Amino acid sequence: MQNKLLDMDCKELRDQIAAGQVKSTEAVESVFKAIEKYDPVLGAYISIFKEQALSKARQIDNKIAAGEPVGQLAGVPVAIKDNMCTTFGSTTCASKILENFHAPYNATVVEKLLAADAVIIGKTNLDEFAMGSSTENSGLKKTVNPWDTSRVPGGSSGGSAAAVAGRLCFAALGSDTGGSIRQPAGLCGVVGLKPTYGRVSRFGLVAFGSSLDQIGPVTQTVADSALMMNVIAGHDPADSTSVDEAIAPVCDYLEKLDEPLDKLKIAIVPQFNAGADEQVQKSIADAIKVYKKLGAEIIEINMPHLDYAIAAYYIIATAEASSNLARYDGVHYGHRTENPQDYIEVYSKSRAEAFGKEVKRRIMLGTYALSSGYYDAYYLKALKVRNLIRGDFTNAFEKCDCIIMPVSPTTAFKIGEKIDDPLTMYLSDIYTIAANLAGIPAISIPCGFDDNNLPIGLQILAPAFAEEKLLRIAVMFEKETDWHKRKPTIIN
Amino acid sequence: MAKKIDQAQVKKVAKLSRLQLTEAEVDEFTHQLSAILDYMEKLNELDTSNVESLAHCLPITNIFREDCVKESLGTEKTLANAPQRDGDFFKVPKILDDSSGA
Repeated sequence: MQNKLLDMDCKELRDQIAAGQVKSTEAVESVFKAIEKYDPVLGAYISIFKEQALSKARQIDNKIAAGEPVGQLAGVPVAIKDNMCTTFGSTTCASKILENFHAPYNATVVEKLLAADAVIIGKTNLDEFAMGSSTENSGLKKTVNPWDTSRVPGGSSGGSAAAVAGRLCFAALGSDTGGSIRQPAGLCGVVGLKPTYGRVSRFGLVAFGSSLDQIGPVTQTVADSALMMNVIAGHDPADSTSVDEAIAPVCDYLEKLDEPLDKLKIAIVPQFNAGADEQVQKSIADAIKVYKKLGAEIIEINMPHLDYAIAAYYIIATAEASSNLARYDGVHYGHRTENPQDYIEVYSKSRAEAFGKEVKRRIMLGTYALSSGYYDAYYLKALKVRNLIRGDFTNAFEKCDCIIMPVSPTTAFKIGEKIDDPLTMYLSDIYTIAANLAGIPAISIPCGFDDNNLPIGLQILAPAFAEEKLLRIAVMFEKETDWHKRKPTIIN
Repeated sequence: MAKKIDQAQVKKVAKLSRLQLTEAEVDEFTHQLSAILDYMEKLNELDTSNVESLAHCLPITNIFREDCVKESLGTEKTLANAPQRDGDFFKVPKILDDSSGA
């Protein structure tokens, strides 16, 4: 029974709890048992809320027993990345500078999860301030890949991806600034959706790159991502960059999910894809065959500016980060150095003591790109190239419904392999970054395994606010394959 | 090829960033930031003289709301995470130099 319960996906569990066939308390207890057993190895969670979760689960069970109406995620144990503010527990961003920070308010997505009667069981590990592609930059703990514990889970939402892949929750939230939902989802063999910029409120998400950051789900299945979107998508008056639903309406993402798209037209960018490992390329080619079999037309396109995405991104994202992270001043909250000589040292020593290397590196790079004499050459140039990259997508979507490419050029790499070479680490984001620069939605779904039994992710990119279509395209593939049903041996 | 960024520039940027770096960090960052900035040179392959900059991708411009009084966080919640406080204030070291004896 235990294992059977943890084998369910989020929607299945939701339905069974709502029907009174499974109790939320059973689900929550099973998840905490699994966490106690496996998380000492996986390291997915920074904090867990056992008492609070069980108490909430009991409330839900009572409501259901009494026949009262409940929310869309009633009783389902979910996890959130620890860069989203919660009034319970701490909000650390996996940084020593916020190690003891207790947020005075909940992020809008947290309020929405609670309003949907989800049971928040814990907060997951990440690269410090979501800066990284392996979760190795966490200032607090190490997370490993459930498929091979000597390898990284990807990043920066590595804790959320490892928790979903390791069945230590039924769904999780991540945040994606340059691939931080999709890449760990790809490397851990689960589904990760980065919605359109502005589709999900960022209120209470600790800011990294404000024009790029977006919250989204990490789940076992495409339907589960649709379900999570039903809960978290929509306008929020507290976030001025969240888009008015009169401009771009939200819909029930589950309702038409199972209707396949007629006359689906998929574009591929052959030159760009050639940069991926052979086994990744083969899995993508096989995925394209699946879509062909389903009647899709495949066209080859050229997107001449994609090759410049990494360079533009690492200027824009670090410039925004250097500005956003100026708030960690040792005065209002967070770590303060002991015995500063003067007020300048309150800033410069507090920050030096508590920020990790990658965060310092990015603040330095961003400050340099914004500094007098370099602004035009770096920051402004990058913003112009960003426009060219968005133009590539605008042109592409005139010819197709979606674009398919890998999520990551390789499968999960070894822990320590790239940590001393930041540029090599940045280059591993080649396939995910462009969607953030263009503000469009993109999803990562499992599409195969390499010879080392490591998952390979398929990325599908769609026009802005076309999440409904994107999810329907993704589920067409998922129904034809069973890659998403495989489980890491460690939890078998 | 000359390094894109030298140690003096790294120290200057560290000062602007309010980051007190060790000599070892200055050395490491000089090396790493140079390599990263070399890679950024790639952008100069593109002619962007007739391209507008794009700061964000949203189909929105200004967001207005009614200017009305709403509840705010309150003093206790605001100060709850302060590293040091003095009553209802954030406590910081002296900002003005009083060594002149004035």
